[in-house]
Amino acid sequence: MRVTTPVGTGDSRGAPSGPPKVAFWNDPEKRGLMFQVLLFAIVAFLFYEAASNAAENLRKQKIASGFGFWNNIAGFDIGLHLIPYETMSTYGQAFWVGLVNTLVVAITGIVFATILGFIIGIARLSKNWLVQKLATIYVEGIRNLPLLLQLLFWYNAVLKALPEVKDSAQIFAGTYLNTRGLFVPSPVFGPNFSAVLIAFFIGAAGAFAYLRFARARQEKTGMQSPVGSVSIALVLGLPLIIYFISGQPLSFDYPDLGRFNIRGGAQIYPEFVALLLGLTTYTAAFIAEAVRAGIQAVSKGQTEAAHALGLRQGPTLDLVVIPQAMRVIIPPLTSQYLNLTKNSSLAVAVGYPDLVQVFAGTVLNQTGQAVEVIAITMGVYLAISLGTSLLMNWYNARKALVER
Amino acid sequence: METSSPAFVRTTPAEALPPPLRLVGIVGWLRANLFSSPANILLTIIAAGIALWVIPGFIRFLLVDAVWSGADREACLARNGVLPGACWAFVVDRIGFFIYGFYPVDQRWRVDIFFVLGAIGVIWMLWLNAPRRDIGFVYFIFIMPLAVFFLLSGTPVLGLSPVDTARWGGLMVTLVVAGVGIVASLPLGILLALGRRSKLPIVKFFSVMFIEFVRGVPLITVLFMANTMLPLFLPDGWNVDKLLRALVGIGLFASAYMAEVVRAGLQALPKGQYEGAMAMGLGYWQMMRLIILPQALKVTIPNIVNTYIGLFKDTSLLLIVGIFDFLKAIETARIDPQWAAPTVSPTGYAFAALVYFIFCYGMARYAQAMEKRLSVADKR
Repeated sequence: MRVTTPVGTGDSRGAPSGPPKVAFWNDPEKRGLMFQVLLFAIVAFLFYEAASNAAENLRKQKIASGFGFWNNIAGFDIGLHLIPYETMSTYGQAFWVGLVNTLVVAITGIVFATILGFIIGIARLSKNWLVQKLATIYVEGIRNLPLLLQLLFWYNAVLKALPEVKDSAQIFAGTYLNTRGLFVPSPVFGPNFSAVLIAFFIGAAGAFAYLRFARARQEKTGMQSPVGSVSIALVLGLPLIIYFISGQPLSFDYPDLGRFNIRGGAQIYPEFVALLLGLTTYTAAFIAEAVRAGIQAVSKGQTEAAHALGLRQGPTLDLVVIPQAMRVIIPPLTSQYLNLTKNSSLAVAVGYPDLVQVFAGTVLNQTGQAVEVIAITMGVYLAISLGTSLLMNWYNARKALVER
Repeated sequence: METSSPAFVRTTPAEALPPPLRLVGIVGWLRANLFSSPANILLTIIAAGIALWVIPGFIRFLLVDAVWSGADREACLARNGVLPGACWAFVVDRIGFFIYGFYPVDQRWRVDIFFVLGAIGVIWMLWLNAPRRDIGFVYFIFIMPLAVFFLLSGTPVLGLSPVDTARWGGLMVTLVVAGVGIVASLPLGILLALGRRSKLPIVKFFSVMFIEFVRGVPLITVLFMANTMLPLFLPDGWNVDKLLRALVGIGLFASAYMAEVVRAGLQALPKGQYEGAMAMGLGYWQMMRLIILPQALKVTIPNIVNTYIGLFKDTSLLLIVGIFDFLKAIETARIDPQWAAPTVSPTGYAFAALVYFIFCYGMARYAQAMEKRLSVADKR
């Protein structure tokens, strides 16, 4: 209802009360709200359309939906499986085989890429001209070429050019290299080997305890302890002693070179070798750059101050430079680890049966259930990425500079 | 003698002795850089060993022992039991295939015009002192892509016969995909980055979800998704071209990475820039267009170029979803029986490496030069 003011009585025109009235489309709050509702409606509409179209199309093509295929018989074989798998296994088991293969190549690759990357990163900062130039050539060359090209090169140009089985190249005694891969002696564990393993774990625990003791003592008294040699003695020495006491419960099964085949030993597949070589050398170049940037981020004054305090080269690196450099190196290093894991999906190009090749490739083709299969595959990689991010945030919070 | 000073006092300072021979010249340089300590000498010997082991073999294979001409595999087979080096005759013979794929031979001039148009756009954008870069920007973002589309796929009205994208191939496809990714990912990435820093919760939520999702999965799965799921999501009867599906996948993937790069640039700006713009009464888009983005993009240009390098390398993954890109052309040609010789595969890969390296290293050098130029501006 509208209240009318009688004409002639004093009205309040010209005396504004409160903020000036603006049209509602110029009010930032309402505008923001409208904008968001609109965006939400568009996204929801697109999702709805996609889902209904997908349902319609799937019904027309008579493709089942849901995860019922998980327990169906797969009916195909996977050349390389570390967990039990056979042709009559289910799609679910195929998924686990693929996942394990992905993790195996990713973890092995991470270990080797870290070692190679640190060596090359330090070499790039070397005062030795030749070493520095070689490292630079390596990094620039590898970083500017697609990983897929490098993988194809390793697989098709290097490993396919290896000798046939009958003229296998012998690297060490009992280690053969040919087109079917690398054949190495496989360890055979005797009955007493568990004692050696137990000794190893005891040694590792002892080394860890000694490290904590030494650190606490250094903080309290300033006295340093020979942590390195004591740890080596505990971790390696103790199991070795037990090994000899228990009568050397470890022997090797050597591969036996026949005319057409190699029997015994362990076979490392060329697909795995190509993928590992490619991933390692590629990621190492990026890790090297992260390491170089991290070391350069520690200002020269830190080294000079450490020298001025009387620390020698070794302790300067150990106690001053490396702890500060690691803080800068670790975040890009983790993202390189994630990149390596994601890049391992290129296995499909060299035929290594990883998650993408087995699951998003063969299983997808056999079942036709693209939505479910791709969703599961993406979910696995997402879980790995997000899990690592959480770990990283936790680590960063621990290692962050504590400032006043 | 007129001077009164005794003859045994020098009137001029003694000439400085030359530095010892072992500290200057080549010998000095060698001592300082290669043989300064026993450990350094050992390193030099190891490095020299590696260099002598690798480099001469490369040169001999790629240049000295290489076969430069020939009609088919006969030229590159072993003679007297000795394998020749790289089979460049193969590359010379197949270079048209590497560049144009299955594009009709009599229409290849259209691809050449595409290369020229692209080169003009790229130079106009990269050369910072070029005249009228504003027109160049419009040309690069709107005119060139449209012209290239009508040129390559054909417009019967202009007398250009249609060429199905299934016949596109080789370096041309790689450049088309990289170009579309480059042109599309920057604006999309800017929008996503602004969305991620927006105060509107729903906008922020969608942006974060998209960016984190895409960055968390491998490109191959995105390409698989675009390839197998995009047709499912569209209404019946909509047929999306295979190349277009891959373009959508690559474009979305690159824009998520670009968003993070732009966000880093936005974060590097001091808050005062935002507050100053608001105090002048600028609205959100005016503020972004006139004050924030020009500065934020400028500081992050090297990172943008690095993202482009990644994008360019990633285009090679198209071969896995069956698109005939440059690497696929090499893969197809190297197993062709006409050129079946042991050295053909390494030669093909060497040529591919050379081409990718020229593009990527060129971009990397540009990013470095840019970084240097920008750091000059920040010096006081």
